[in-house]
Amino acid sequence: MALIRHPKDFWAGVLFIVLGGGACIIALDYSFGTAGRMGPGYFPRALGLLLAGLGAILVIRSFKLVGEKISFPTFIPLAIVLLSVFVFGISVNTLGLVVSTILLVLIASVASHEYRWKESIIAALALAVFVVIAFRYGLKLQLPTWPTFLGS
Amino acid sequence: MELISNLALGLGVALTFQNILYCFFGVLLGTLIGVLPGIGPVPTIAMLLPITYALPPVSALIMLAGIYYGAQYGGSTTAILVNLPGESSSVVTCIDGYQMARRGKAGKALSIAAIGSFIAGTFATLMVAAFAPPLAEVALKFGPAEYFSLMVLGLIAAVVLASGSLIKAIGMILLGLMLGIIGTDVNSGLQRYTFGLPELSDGIGFVVIAMGLFAFAEIIINLEHRGHREVFTDKVSGLLIKWKEFKEALPAILRGTGIGCCLGILPGGGALLSAFAAYTIEKKIAKDPSQFGKGDIRGVAAPESANNSGSQASFIPLLTLGIPPNAVMALMVGAMTIHSIQPGPQVMTSNPQLFWGLIASMWIGNLMLVILNLPMIGIWVKLLQVPYRLLYPGILTFCCIGTYSLQNNVFDIYLSVLFGVLGWIFVKLECEPAPLLLGFILGPLMEENLRRALLLSRGDPSVFLTRPLSATLLVIATILLIIVALPMVRKKRAEAFQEQEEPA
Repeated sequence: MALIRHPKDFWAGVLFIVLGGGACIIALDYSFGTAGRMGPGYFPRALGLLLAGLGAILVIRSFKLVGEKISFPTFIPLAIVLLSVFVFGISVNTLGLVVSTILLVLIASVASHEYRWKESIIAALALAVFVVIAFRYGLKLQLPTWPTFLGS
Repeated sequence: MELISNLALGLGVALTFQNILYCFFGVLLGTLIGVLPGIGPVPTIAMLLPITYALPPVSALIMLAGIYYGAQYGGSTTAILVNLPGESSSVVTCIDGYQMARRGKAGKALSIAAIGSFIAGTFATLMVAAFAPPLAEVALKFGPAEYFSLMVLGLIAAVVLASGSLIKAIGMILLGLMLGIIGTDVNSGLQRYTFGLPELSDGIGFVVIAMGLFAFAEIIINLEHRGHREVFTDKVSGLLIKWKEFKEALPAILRGTGIGCCLGILPGGGALLSAFAAYTIEKKIAKDPSQFGKGDIRGVAAPESANNSGSQASFIPLLTLGIPPNAVMALMVGAMTIHSIQPGPQVMTSNPQLFWGLIASMWIGNLMLVILNLPMIGIWVKLLQVPYRLLYPGILTFCCIGTYSLQNNVFDIYLSVLFGVLGWIFVKLECEPAPLLLGFILGPLMEENLRRALLLSRGDPSVFLTRPLSATLLVIATILLIIVALPMVRKKRAEAFQEQEEPA
């Protein structure tokens, strides 16, 4: 990989090319129109091309400029945090606010390097109570509180 | 005087019991969350936004503005006591504020920050009140070509004044503009980039993007760095400032206020740039600059005043032109749209209660910051002692509930996970997410104005250059780009932001 001397710029460039180019290709299905009567494809295609162009500059530049490596100390927080949010998403409508909040906190807590399981159980219960009081009763948000299959 | 009668109208709105209460809760909640390290104003506002859904528009905006000042001030508290900026604009406060705390003068640093913020807030409120109406009048004369050029200038200026790589920042704007396209095209009714998903036909909610890119990504990055924090908690006493110290700090406060007022109006300016500029200038003109960095009271007073007046002045482009100059204001646009108010010059005439009420509440909010924060400092300190491992699951919970309650829809939660991944990638590649949010908010407006301008000119793109106002705006944008691209300036700019990032 000695060719790529600025990995952050290189990958940012690749990302821009992929997203910009992708957007352009999808926009081929939208009518382009003329400048005077712009179709829905005009603006996205222009933006996509510009973005891909910038990406190309970044990629070319990354062979010359020198930059730091991208650091990935650990992937655990990324995976755990987003998993916990996802679990909240799939559970909230069926299991209700209380159970999903507890699940969210229990899963998310694992991501910390100072994880203590007893503490996170207490935190989960306390937060579930608070959330129900604050959002369900205080702000009257429309959220199921308890599992829906229990009937309420 | 029209100004006074307008302010009186505003005070009449802001001083109703209900609105004072919302302002109070806004400032309180904003400070509460702003104090927590690693959560800036953008995720704070995004997280607390659902609270304001049910309120009338005026109260909602007053509360959100209160949250913003609160978050800003809370960030300073964290900067002084933990040497960790709660948000980027208090990076500079860390330098001298933390040194003051280490010398046992934490109380004084917190007091001068509050007093400086209040003085700055008072001036900035008056300035917003004085300058907004004439600017709005000018803006009412803008045609689509001018609006398009103004947005180009706004976006370019926003990246020029921000830190980091210029090309990446412009790329992030483009990406934001493209994300703004997702949804149903207003002109043809065509579904663009919805991938057949009905949930996307109304476009992506800005809260979803803010949560993913800012809140989730920040939490993940914070968890990756397993740092330990040193908190000065037992030494927070002696809030009272001696008259001599106040006299020393007052010129710095006033200079900071002025700098904030000027820079805050600029796109991309706002709090961060103001604070940084104020600190640099203070250091340059001081007779004994050696004291800076070692706990000089002026090193706290100037940037704190500047970031407060700057954050308030950044309401001017939002309220008069409808163009958000930074990410926080982009969120305010989103909040206004939720209450079906289209921000822009017409708000002042069509909705004077809202316009002047919001401005008057700025001053009340600042007053509350002082009376609320100084006596409650003990509580904020306690909050700082809560370990991060207990904080972030709570933050995540609020984010999830906030995202869900946008449309009572879990789809938005899944989408925010996706943006969380994207946000994490952006951090790794050193791509700033703020320009993306700006582009996202401005995207639909920009396309619409571009279409209209070219429709009126029958497809002749020279319309942007033949209309004098539009041409001027575009020329300024080009000059800005050229200046920043010059190798000499680029080096200086890198140095300037380097100096600022070093002590953090």
